Amino acid sequence: MNGPQDIGGRHGFGPVAPEADEPLFHAPWEKRALAVTLAAGAMGHWSIDQSRWVRENRSPAEYYTASYYKLWILALEHLLVEHGLVLPEELAEGRARFETVLPKRVLRAGDVAAVLARGAPVGRDPGPVMPRFAPGDAVRTRNLQPHSHTRLPAYVRGKVGCIEAVRGYHVFADASAAGDKTVAHWLYTVVFDAGTLWGDDAVASDTVSVDAWEPYLEPV
Amino acid sequence: MSHDHDHDHGAGSHLDDMTARVMALETVLAEKGLIDPAALDAIIDTYETKVGPRNGARVVARAWIDPAFAEWLARDGTAAIGSMGYTGRQGEHLHAVFNTDEVHHLVVCTLCSCYPWSVLGLPPVWYKSHAYRARAVSDPRGILAEFGLHLPKSTKLRVWDSTSEMRYLVVPRRPEGAEGWDMEALVPLVTRNSMIGTELALSPAALKAPPP
Repeated sequence: MNGPQDIGGRHGFGPVAPEADEPLFHAPWEKRALAVTLAAGAMGHWSIDQSRWVRENRSPAEYYTASYYKLWILALEHLLVEHGLVLPEELAEGRARFETVLPKRVLRAGDVAAVLARGAPVGRDPGPVMPRFAPGDAVRTRNLQPHSHTRLPAYVRGKVGCIEAVRGYHVFADASAAGDKTVAHWLYTVVFDAGTLWGDDAVASDTVSVDAWEPYLEPV
Repeated sequence: MSHDHDHDHGAGSHLDDMTARVMALETVLAEKGLIDPAALDAIIDTYETKVGPRNGARVVARAWIDPAFAEWLARDGTAAIGSMGYTGRQGEHLHAVFNTDEVHHLVVCTLCSCYPWSVLGLPPVWYKSHAYRARAVSDPRGILAEFGLHLPKSTKLRVWDSTSEMRYLVVPRRPEGAEGWDMEALVPLVTRNSMIGTELALSPAALKAPPP
């Protein structure tokens, strides 16, 4: 999506302002927002990539002015309603009133440590599928501009880079964000010279890499 | 959403709105049995007290003193780090990159906020900021200067944009003056930012309370 989230190389956001002795959370509601998002995700009704897609699929004005955890809450409310787990009236009133979809599972306190320690690895068995590219190969990124979730940033589109490593056969985020977690592709670290991306002002020896699934790439 | 009531009541009202909104959400989910409120407390406790940058600092300190571990860490970050008990969410696929005299590594997620939670905990606000995400790839030396780090042009700068589930841990160079220190003594030298790449590891002189 050519959306507000894709900001690598954009101008106008000013200097970085690291906060001295920054607290882990800036308000009590932020920690609840983190926890309720993880706990609701553990019901298993949507993938983490669907969450990411809902967070970024917003008007630029809203995306750039909402705080990080506010975007999480907006997205969580959207997903809960979309999947029939709550109704908007219930969120507005702050109480459960209607029969709604039952959860596939509920994360219990006693299972939190194990669930977080296990995570959700995205490596899959490639079977007979061999990687098309090898370290050292030159590749060009395709000029892909889907309206949906993708992980090929605009600033590397149509650029020639070099395969540095094959990272594994990973669930394809573009498909997972649309609800299909069965699609996987080979994943590569692709390195670009800074000058290729940013022109003559870049320091010639600097490089930038992205992790790109095979459908993003074509041979040069 | 019909529930968007984030209108401005004046200074300070934003947080109040969000407090009310999240409480309402949590209440509805708990009443429906979709969440266990005690599970939320356990999640918060995990990231407040158990999973944070001290995990990554112990990985780095061990790599500084244990060449066999450093070799394993370079070859298979997920396995080497997992052997120290650091596994799980947002750290399922890890790769460690080592700073040297020739190369300095910097990690960003331009599309959102991907970050190695299992070794660094939750990311700081600046890492998630639009300013950092926008410029870390196009003006990384300018970013580093804002953190007080001025790299010579002779040092190659490598920026890692975390666009997949791969998560990157920077292993900063071991500072001079800490020869002979054991792992636990080295850990305080390894700051969170040094493992993102916006700073160097602390020098022993910079430690407020140097070990004996």
